[in-house]
Amino acid sequence: MIKKLIFLALIAGVGYMFWTGLAEYKAAESLNRISSYYAQDGLKEVGAANLVTAVVVTYRGLDTLGEVSILFLTASILGFFLVSGKEPKIPLQDSSEILKTASKLLEPIILLFGIYVFINGHLTPGGGFQGGAILASALILAYLANPNEGINKSIFRITESISGVVFVIIGILGIVLAGGFLDNRLIPVGSIGDLISAGIIPIIYIFVGMKVGAELSSIVTNLKHSPKNNVE
Amino acid sequence: MTLENITLIIGSLLILLGLWGLITQKNLIKIVISFTLVDAGIHILMISLGYLKNRTAPIVDSTIDNAVEQIVDPIPQAMVLTAIVIGLGITALMLSFVIRLAKDKNSLNVSNFKDLKW
Repeated sequence: MIKKLIFLALIAGVGYMFWTGLAEYKAAESLNRISSYYAQDGLKEVGAANLVTAVVVTYRGLDTLGEVSILFLTASILGFFLVSGKEPKIPLQDSSEILKTASKLLEPIILLFGIYVFINGHLTPGGGFQGGAILASALILAYLANPNEGINKSIFRITESISGVVFVIIGILGIVLAGGFLDNRLIPVGSIGDLISAGIIPIIYIFVGMKVGAELSSIVTNLKHSPKNNVE
Repeated sequence: MTLENITLIIGSLLILLGLWGLITQKNLIKIVISFTLVDAGIHILMISLGYLKNRTAPIVDSTIDNAVEQIVDPIPQAMVLTAIVIGLGITALMLSFVIRLAKDKNSLNVSNFKDLKW
């Protein structure tokens, strides 16, 4: 009981800290210097209608490369940790007819939507990471519908490796042919708002989407095949 | 009470709720859920701090003539995009640790793991 009170006092203290910082908070009236540069010159420089994409892929492209590396690392460590030994395969209960039929109908639509989201990442909200997550969600639906069917994990490994290598090669080509690492002016920027615009961003986002989709799929697959036990 | 104040309060409350869960819960899965609550709260806080009054999303289309005067700050949104992905990676790793721990000790109660306790 006394322990709970101490915890409560602790949480209340942190809450008070937030309150003093945030109660009088007023939103700023104008963009700061970097943001107004992105809003003003970023449009002409990058040509992406979605400025968040311009920041993520071009201005902070190196961070995005680190981000996909961290996802790759996560997928690898998960594969290492959850490597299934020689445990006997316990067949799972078959899913219902409704789920099976619906998944056949929905899977292609979900995949198509994922591809749409990452191809249009420079025009509309979305991008490689979101599209990749949608692609992986189609796989989760497939697993739910057919719990006893496995998918060959090497597909994910190969897709992921190829996408990662292409991402880095595009970045290095930027050093050679344009202004710097991951510079998007490798190909003409085009007019803002077109599907083929913003230079190299759509191509990078296609590969990021494939890479993230493959990584999340391999994470899901590893979690699904993890050793079973009887925890009460 | 303006929009940004409301979202800031929601974000802080989520963080506090998550901290409460991290301290008090014994179930490993619930600890992971508390962590994701803190994660979501921080994302909401960061997005709210990038909000500017009466402005729209940083996506330039035909309705926006002067982007500098009309859009909110795109940088916090880009940072939150990164943070969400990292948070997902950390959550997946924590869940895999939970699976391994549960396999070793056949329990999800954090009180049963005393190997490093002193």
